Amino acid sequence: MEFRFTEEQQMIRDTAEAFLAEVSTAAAVREVMATERGYDAALWQQISEEMMWPALHIPEAYGGLGLGFVELAAMQEQMGRVLLCAPFLATVGLGVNALLVAGTETQKQQYLAAIAAGSTATLAFMAPGSRPEAHAVQATWAADGDDFVLNGEYRYVLDGHTAEIFVVAAREAGSEGREGISLFVLPADTAGVSREWLPTMDQTRKQASITLQDVKLGADALMGEAGAAWPALAKILDLATVAVAAEQVGVAQQALDSSVAYTMERVQFGRTIASYQAIKHKAADMMLKVEAARSAAYYAACIADEALAGNPLGAGLAEAASIAKAYCSDAAFFNAGCGIQLHGGVGITAEYDIQLYFKRAKSTETLLGDAAWHRERLARQLLDGEAA
Amino acid sequence: MKLSFSPEDEQFREEVAAWLAANLGGEFEVIRGRGGPGDEHSFVEERKAWERKLAEGGWTCIGWPKQYGGRGASIEQQVIFNEEYARAGGPGRMGHIGETLTGPTLIAFGSEAQKERYLPGIRAGREFWCQGYSEPSAGSDLANVKTKARLDESGNQWLINGQKVWTSLAHESQYVFVIARTDPDSVAHRGLGFFLLAMDQPGVTVRPIEQLTGTSEFNEVFFDDAVCAADDIVGAPGDGWKVAMGLLGFERGVSTLGQQMLFQNEFDEVVKIAKANGAARDPALRQRIAEAHVGLRIMRFNSMRMLSGGGDDGSLQKEAMIYKLYWSSWHRNLGKLAMDVLGAESEIIAGAPYELNRLQSLYLFTRADTIYGGTNQIQRNIIAERALGMPREPRG
Repeated sequence: MEFRFTEEQQMIRDTAEAFLAEVSTAAAVREVMATERGYDAALWQQISEEMMWPALHIPEAYGGLGLGFVELAAMQEQMGRVLLCAPFLATVGLGVNALLVAGTETQKQQYLAAIAAGSTATLAFMAPGSRPEAHAVQATWAADGDDFVLNGEYRYVLDGHTAEIFVVAAREAGSEGREGISLFVLPADTAGVSREWLPTMDQTRKQASITLQDVKLGADALMGEAGAAWPALAKILDLATVAVAAEQVGVAQQALDSSVAYTMERVQFGRTIASYQAIKHKAADMMLKVEAARSAAYYAACIADEALAGNPLGAGLAEAASIAKAYCSDAAFFNAGCGIQLHGGVGITAEYDIQLYFKRAKSTETLLGDAAWHRERLARQLLDGEAA
Repeated sequence: MKLSFSPEDEQFREEVAAWLAANLGGEFEVIRGRGGPGDEHSFVEERKAWERKLAEGGWTCIGWPKQYGGRGASIEQQVIFNEEYARAGGPGRMGHIGETLTGPTLIAFGSEAQKERYLPGIRAGREFWCQGYSEPSAGSDLANVKTKARLDESGNQWLINGQKVWTSLAHESQYVFVIARTDPDSVAHRGLGFFLLAMDQPGVTVRPIEQLTGTSEFNEVFFDDAVCAADDIVGAPGDGWKVAMGLLGFERGVSTLGQQMLFQNEFDEVVKIAKANGAARDPALRQRIAEAHVGLRIMRFNSMRMLSGGGDDGSLQKEAMIYKLYWSSWHRNLGKLAMDVLGAESEIIAGAPYELNRLQSLYLFTRADTIYGGTNQIQRNIIAERALGMPREPRG
C-alpha cells in the first residue's frame, strides 16, 4: 500500500506551491477579486501555456499531460491555500471532467484541445433556488429535426460570465427526476445565450446566471444519448466535488497556519498567546480536522482516478466524494471560523486575510452540496438501501 | 498513490483467514468477539487457552524477528493479521501486553539472559504480562513516579516499594514491568529504572477497581518490599525513562485497522437497531449516523496514510499524531449515538444487579477512551507543541 505522494506527485505539488506563492499573493488576490472578471488574464495565460495546469489530467491524445486525479487534487489544494482567483475549478473540475465523462470523440478533440491551449469552460445545470441533484435541472430541450432547441435559466454558474465553453444540462420538456436529462457542449457566444455576473459574498470566486432563449444546437452539440445523461452528470458532479474537497483542505490548512503564526507573535499578559492552552488546544483541534480532511480528500482522489479509468474501485466514487465533501466542508468552516477567533479583533477586519478564508470556506461548502446534504446522501445508502 | 495491498500480502490475508476459520470454533466459539476494552474480565481461562492455540499455529508475536520466534512479518502483514483477526471475531488478546510492549522492549533494550528467560513464554502464549506505569500521583505526569527501587544489602535483588494503578489484567498476569525510582533524591524523568517482576510473591497485592460499568478490568497494585532479581532491571539504573519511552515508539499503528474492524461491528449494530426501531427515519439521527460513518471511513484512510509511512527520519507524522485524539473522540460519540438510537430502551439493562448490554457498556466505557493512554488534553498539548511548534507547557 502506498497511500502517499509518489516522488513525481510531490514534485508537482511543490512546484505548484512555489509558483502560487509568487503569483497569488494577498495583494494580487485583493486586486483581482474586486473586478468583475475575477482573474488576471495574463496569469491565466501563464498558467495554461507555461505551467500547462488545465491540461493536467487531459489525456495526451487530446493535447494534455495525461496525469491523474491525485495530481489534480494536489494542485487544487495548493490553489485553495492561496485563494487563487482563476477559472481553474470551473474549467478543469467541471469542464474537463464533463468532457472526459460525457464527450464524444469529436467533442473531446475539439474542446479538450482548446482547454489545453488556454480556453476556459464551465458547467451550468442548476435552476434558481435548487440543490445539486437531478431536480435542479429545469432548463428544457426539445428536438427539432436533428437539431435541439434549449430554453431556461441557470444560476450559481462558476465563472459563467467569462467562460468560453459551456456544458449545459437540460431536460426534455415534461420529464421529471433523473429521466429526460441531456448534456450539451457549446461555445458561450452561441446565439440566444445571455449571461450576467452575480456578485458574491466570497469575492475570490465568481458566479453568474445564464439564460438560454431558443438556443438552437446541432446534433454535434449533444453529449451522449439524448435524455439519458443523468448518470454522466452525476459522475461529473462527483468528480468536481472531489476537486472542491481538495481545495477545502488547502483552505483549512492555511487558516490553521496563519492563525498559529499570528498567535506566536501576539503578546498579551507578557507572553505570546500561543503559550496558552486555550489557544493551543483550539489549534490542535484545527490540525486534527485538516489532517483527517486530507486523508478523506486524497482517498477520494484515488477513487476518482479509478472511476475515470473505468476500474471496479471507481464504483465507490459517489460515497468517497460525499465522505470527502461532508468532512472537508466542515473542516474548512471550522478552521476558518476558529481562525478568526484566534486572530482576535483583527480577525474581523478587512485588512487581515483570515476573513477571506472564512468566506471561501462558506462558498465551497455550499458548492455542489453542503455537509448536511452529503451526509443525507450517505444516510440513504446506509439506512434506506439506496444505491449511490 | 495506490490503495491496494500487494498480491503476496493478499495471499497472506487468505492464509490468516483460513487458519482463523478452521480454529476459532468448537471450544472457542464462546469467546468469539469477547474480551477487549470494557470486557477484559470475560472468559479469561478460555482466552488463555486460545493464546496457546494461536501460538501453536505460529500466530503470536508475528512482528517479532524470526530469531526470537516471530515471523518477522512486515507492517502490512501485521495490519492484515489484526484486521482479519477482528473480522473473524477473534477475542481480546490476553497476551497483547507481552507481545506488543514487553517483547519489543526486551528485544531493543534487554540483556541476552532476559530475552532467553522471558521471550519464549510470551511467544508460547503461556506467560502473561501487565504494565506498571501509572500511579495515583503519576497520571498524565507519568514521570512523577514515587515507587522506589533499592538494592538490598546482599546486592542480589531489588526491593520495590510503592503503588501502581490502572493496571489491566493484573490478577491474570505472571509478570509485571514497573518503572520505579532508583535514585531516591531524583525528580521527574531522571533516576528511574525499568524492572521485570513476578506477580506471584508476598510483596505484591492486587486490588480490583470497580468501574462505572460495574466490572473491574483495572486494578491497583501495591508493592511492599516486592522482590526483583538484581539482573532483571532493563538497561542501567537511571535508564528507565528512556526504555519506557522507547516502548511507546513500538506502536506503529499495526493494530489500528483491527481496532477499526471492532468499531465497524459496533457501528453496524447501531445501524441495524436504527433500521429496526424507526430511528433511521429521524432526520437528526440520520445526520449523526452518517457523520459516524464518515468519521469511521476517514479513520481508515488516515491509518492507510500512517502505514504508508512519511518522513524517512522516523519522525511521527501528523496523521499519526492525531490518531489517538481522533479515534477516542469518535468512539465516545458512537457510544452516545448508540443510546440515542435506542431511545427509551437504552435505560433498560440486561439484568440485575448490573448486567449491561454491549451498547450500554460501550456508552459507559468509551468515557475511558478519552482518558487512558494520554488524555485528550495531553494529546492536544502534544499536537500543538510537536506538530505545530507552539510553546511548551512549563514543567515543575
